[in-house]
Amino acid sequence: MKAYETVQKARDIHRLSTIEMINALCTGFVELHGDRAMKDEKSIVGGVGLINKTDPITIIGIQKGRNTEENIRRNFGSSGPAGYRKAIRLMKQAEKFNRPVLTLINTAGANATPESEEYGIGEAIATALTTMSELTVPTLAIILGEGGSGGAIALALSDEVWMLENSIYSILSPEGFASILWKDSRLASDAAEMMKLTASELLELDVIDRVIPEAEMSNEELAAYLVPEIVTALANLKTVDANTRLAKRYDRFRKY
Amino acid sequence: MGFFRKKKKYVPITPLRTEEMKQRHAQIPDDLASACPGCHEIIFKSMIGQDYLCPKCDYHLQFPARERVDWLMDEGTFREWDQEITAANPLEFPGYDEKINKGQRLTGMNEAVLTGQGELEGLPFAIGVMDSRFIMASMGTVVGEKLTRLFERATELDLPVVLYIASGGARMQEGILSLMQMAKVTQAVSRHSQAGLLYCPVLTHPTTGGVTASFAMQGDITLAEPAAIVGFAGKRVIEQTIKSELPADFQKAETVLENGFIDRIVSRKKQHQGLHFLLQVHQKERTVE
Repeated sequence: MKAYETVQKARDIHRLSTIEMINALCTGFVELHGDRAMKDEKSIVGGVGLINKTDPITIIGIQKGRNTEENIRRNFGSSGPAGYRKAIRLMKQAEKFNRPVLTLINTAGANATPESEEYGIGEAIATALTTMSELTVPTLAIILGEGGSGGAIALALSDEVWMLENSIYSILSPEGFASILWKDSRLASDAAEMMKLTASELLELDVIDRVIPEAEMSNEELAAYLVPEIVTALANLKTVDANTRLAKRYDRFRKY
Repeated sequence: MGFFRKKKKYVPITPLRTEEMKQRHAQIPDDLASACPGCHEIIFKSMIGQDYLCPKCDYHLQFPARERVDWLMDEGTFREWDQEITAANPLEFPGYDEKINKGQRLTGMNEAVLTGQGELEGLPFAIGVMDSRFIMASMGTVVGEKLTRLFERATELDLPVVLYIASGGARMQEGILSLMQMAKVTQAVSRHSQAGLLYCPVLTHPTTGGVTASFAMQGDITLAEPAAIVGFAGKRVIEQTIKSELPADFQKAETVLENGFIDRIVSRKKQHQGLHFLLQVHQKERTVE
């Protein structure tokens, strides 16, 4: 039942979060709010920052709560359409000002409520995908915890996709998977074994580009380890001209 | 008096010709008649016309993909693309091969989508039709590949795309690779769009999950068939989340139109005319050769 242990680690609300990563990476960061259509969705945090006091970056990430109160405010890291539309707005802004986009993912999936449907969660995710596929700036996505379904890939159509060692990325939660296939969500751990949702399995399937080892690092240590890795990756992507980068991104997702 | 009280309320009949009856029953095809999902009346197969409408209430019944193509396009103009690509089992998922075989037997197709090009009243376009009898027309690697090629080739040939969508969403048995199809198809739709070409999805029953969250909602003009379910999360999943029942019109195309995500609902009787008009409006100026 090793895969399911990873699932549990990936769901730990004390894992490295979007906000912790932003604080480690940026010497200054301004969070920007709202989708300009409906509201400000708190499960998606986005804004503009500086790396090393000089290099602008747009960061958009999904934030779970660390306690019940915060979790309710952040809707347990499941965003409705307004969150994805805020992400789209900030991506277009990054495009205009020619700065790279880093996305940080930790969601069990998009919000499944009547309101979410009413305001077009399908359309919001679809447009996030289109927007990401058309960005000419360098893009990097890192899955910090859970990478659940459409709500995760909506922010992961990037030049490079990385996963933390104990994160997961899947088409559906193992519980959902087990209940669809065997009509029994208690078989989740069996489902997890079959689903190839761990970072190492996904690297082997060529779905992701890199696994970030977690070892026994604290959140601070892990974030500190990631900072130079992110900086270098974005710098490398920047050396490639935009058309080549776009063609590469196309091929990256064309191969599946 | 007990004698009278024992009188039964029914008369037992011994079926005398069981074998003969069984044989006769066996000769009746299973799909001779079925209940219309709309009006619940019994409709005989022979009563259903070429457009697969319920003869009693005009309910839009499930339309087999190949028949839909024949019904829609000018006779003899359809040329199929990538017919030979067959569903595979990339993650060697147990029981999946049997599901694929069943889908193939039911539909006579290699996978859940049919693609190609043809004409409607003389106007050329590329077309895709998904067939929900094939594993709910869920999207795995082959459906994603055929749709990607549809948009790529349409871009090369400078053709608009009309895509009849029906899908249960991403195909579970191909796991994460099905999720990747959302990105793959999106990219091809985007390139087609950037070439200034029309993409007109027609949402049919049901259009759900990862398909709604990608190419079903990336059209220039989005049409839908009456009463089609169009949504992202399944109704039952949402009901479990909120622990109460949802209204009957939840995720119905008519509701989704009211919410602002569909341009028009077009019944089959008006689809030839409607699509022809849109193709005409978006015809690219072609240099006369």
